[in-house]
Amino acid sequence: MVEKNTWDLKTGLAQMLKGGVIMDVVTPEQAKIAEDAGACAVMALERVPSDIRAAGGVARMSDPDMITGIIEAVSIPVMAKARIGHLVEAQVLEALGVDYIDESEVLTPADENNHINKHDFKVPFVCGCRNLGEALRRIGEGAAMIRTKGEAGTGNVVEAVRHARSVLGEITRITNLDPTELMATARDLQAPYELILQIHETGKLPVVNFAAGGIATPADAALMMQIGVEGVFVGSGIFKSSNPSAMAKAIVKATTHFNDPKIIAEVSSGLGDAMRGLDVRTMPEEEQLATRGW
Amino acid sequence: MSGIGVLALQGDFVEHIKTFSSLGVSAQEIRKANQISDLDALVIPGGESTTISYLMDLYNFRSAIKDAASSDLPIWGTCAGLILMANNLKEDIPIPLSLMNINVSRNAYGRQIDSFKDSINFSFDRENPFPGVFIRAPKILDIDENVDVICTLNDGEIVGVKQGNKLGTSFHPELTTDNRFHKYFIDLVYS
Repeated sequence: MVEKNTWDLKTGLAQMLKGGVIMDVVTPEQAKIAEDAGACAVMALERVPSDIRAAGGVARMSDPDMITGIIEAVSIPVMAKARIGHLVEAQVLEALGVDYIDESEVLTPADENNHINKHDFKVPFVCGCRNLGEALRRIGEGAAMIRTKGEAGTGNVVEAVRHARSVLGEITRITNLDPTELMATARDLQAPYELILQIHETGKLPVVNFAAGGIATPADAALMMQIGVEGVFVGSGIFKSSNPSAMAKAIVKATTHFNDPKIIAEVSSGLGDAMRGLDVRTMPEEEQLATRGW
Repeated sequence: MSGIGVLALQGDFVEHIKTFSSLGVSAQEIRKANQISDLDALVIPGGESTTISYLMDLYNFRSAIKDAASSDLPIWGTCAGLILMANNLKEDIPIPLSLMNINVSRNAYGRQIDSFKDSINFSFDRENPFPGVFIRAPKILDIDENVDVICTLNDGEIVGVKQGNKLGTSFHPELTTDNRFHKYFIDLVYS
């Protein structure tokens, strides 16, 4: 019997993206540059996060025409962003045929209390997190892939490092707990008990885990891979650099060869300027995107 | 010899290695082309075929794999791996390795929303169907007469092929807990 849209098919596509780089693109031309540079998927959006930051106002789902144009331009999977809690934007993206929806803090949240019930959809979702509890709440709602939130549009990897270390450190801790302690841990992390139990038994998240938010150089990408994520999203870091095609290729190579400093040195040479970065410590909390969602 | 190598440029290579290891066979990640000449067999995993092809070209895998294939190295490609093993692709990219006389079309069953599971008839265990996981899967359009069909869907659609010691599957045995396909490949390599 043929089955579609099952949990293992949703998580399975993320398995295929592992070891790869997912790049933010705003036009079909950029999508093509990303595909030619070896991106394993593209994220179609109207503005990259650093421009969203600069523009201010309410950031929403992209124009369907633009998303359709990108879907037609490339053969790799296409993802697109919906606002946190905006189930109709997600329904529209599903109808357009995107391969994955990112319920993203980079856009202005539509519901400050509830995220989308992602089990209701045929298309799989990826969601951001700052720690394991947040990751498991999203998986509980049906997210089939997780990424760190980092701090998008800053070109500063520090928050992605913080979030990845937090998630992976908590997993190690839970793996070593006495089973008696798991319910209290579920209470403390505000996470579903069944998922805590699963992590205790398997020692890993039940879905693929990527890094995102502030990755701007090949060395940043390799750093996240060495910390233990399974792939990277690069937002503003590519098309806000002085030579996007070269930067895209270099980050793809560094992600594959994340444990080979000679290759990372070679691909980091002569790239021109990376995007201009922002210091997250001097940023007022209301400008920090990672605090959106819970 | 160094066991079975799994091309580890991008994709779900870890799942193949885990399955081979659970069957007691040594398996390792291959990231450099000069590792290939020592191998007993090579697996090209699922992933994005354009990404894997880009990285293969960059690090001189193309000639290394073709040379090893012509000196009779057993090779198995799953999904993206099947695409790369084809002689001919309907699409312009990527350029395949031409290791099997098959004609393949990428993403031919549709986008992610059309990804599906179906039971597969398996030529070497006809009694027990195999769980087929098809993710943005390629379609095998035609095969030459020297290519054997080893897996089909109930409607007869070809989803697994064998030419000598080269195998190609449009589905992902590595994403299931059923290890019969990995055992079949191990038998092909070591018997």
